[in-house]
Amino acid sequence: MDTPDGPYQIEAEWLIACDGARSPIRDMMGLSFDGRVFEDNFLIADVHMTADFPTERWFWFEPPFKNAGQSALLHKQPDDIWRIDFQLGWDIDRAAELDPDRIRARVDAMLGEGAEYELEWTSIYTFQCRRMEKFRHGHVLFAGDSAHQVSPFGARGANSGIQDAENLAWKLDFVLRGLAPEALLDSYSTERSFAADENILNSTRATDFLTPKSEISTIFRNAVLQLASDHAFARPLVNSGRLSVPCVYDGQALNGPDMLDGPARTRVGAPCVDAELKEGFLLERLTGAFIVLCICAEAPDVIEVDGVLVQHVLLTAADDPKGMVRDRYLGDTPQAIYLLRPDQHVVARWPVASAQDVSDAVRVALGKGIT
Amino acid sequence: MTQLNLNPNIPDPDGFYDELLDVHQGLTKEDSDALNARLILILANHIGERDVLRTALAAAKRS
Repeated sequence: MDTPDGPYQIEAEWLIACDGARSPIRDMMGLSFDGRVFEDNFLIADVHMTADFPTERWFWFEPPFKNAGQSALLHKQPDDIWRIDFQLGWDIDRAAELDPDRIRARVDAMLGEGAEYELEWTSIYTFQCRRMEKFRHGHVLFAGDSAHQVSPFGARGANSGIQDAENLAWKLDFVLRGLAPEALLDSYSTERSFAADENILNSTRATDFLTPKSEISTIFRNAVLQLASDHAFARPLVNSGRLSVPCVYDGQALNGPDMLDGPARTRVGAPCVDAELKEGFLLERLTGAFIVLCICAEAPDVIEVDGVLVQHVLLTAADDPKGMVRDRYLGDTPQAIYLLRPDQHVVARWPVASAQDVSDAVRVALGKGIT
Repeated sequence: MTQLNLNPNIPDPDGFYDELLDVHQGLTKEDSDALNARLILILANHIGERDVLRTALAAAKRS
């Protein structure tokens, strides 16, 4: 390990490689990182100003102001900083574009003559969408940008890194404590690469809308924008980047049975959605263990499966004065039992469940069914 | 699920065809292309059903 204070050596049984998009560990292991480079440069200018613009995210396709490039973005950040983002295209002179006078000319054209601001920070970025084929290589686990890289649209970079950590932490913990087979860690790779593909798909779609790749796609993009000003139906088609939401692990190996005719948003594989209770919120009660969530249902008699503790959270209609649990977890059914993983994804759900049903599902979620 | 209707369904077909050409009257190629794109999006939204739209896309592609 190299540090500013000098190098030191460390020996470890497991390694989580969070060493970024240019991951030296990935290179040292000779692993590939395949995908697509997007031929576009984006100029960021963070400006400090006190403006009375409403705190809204503004996005311009083919901006009307001078030299703004193909698109422009303006949104507010903390401490009176406004982020401005100009899409400059591929063939640019980076050094020339970063000249403060040139940036000021662009910003002046956007904000109007006489706007008072200070340039706080400027940068030009390009981006790629690519990922490793597998995130687990023996005892080396890749997480965050070292495993997958996406465009910054929709806050997918840091969010997916945190979701990697949430997915990996409990699995590694159980494996290290001898409570789950090493195969459980393969599910880290399959679940998180599934999520990475979803992020890459969303990024690619947004990019295709921002920068149409053919004449006909430009025609449709502009038709959407024209219609959006007249009719509500076209507005959901406008894609300036979709905000990241956690992935639903549909069809994954750790999923148990979905026996409940319940809402789709809390189906097996989905992350739990929060709900305001009579006291506090639901997610506060889901504290990093396997949890049997019983809603208006009798709790199955199971507190431990193969040495893994199973906690119970019991809710009745009295805990749910606003009906949020009912809407989000029951739908039209009167009662439900949910089995939740330590990372708050749904393993299985039933209208009624026995101790055996729950135990079997916990074993599946511990990777004991992976061969 | 509704099936894509590929049987005659438009009353007074000649009248409709006339109106379709009429709306493009005097437009440049560029404006006509834009109008067609808007028309497709409006009709697709009215249909709304993804399966029907998918069948229509395939029928249009003649595949």
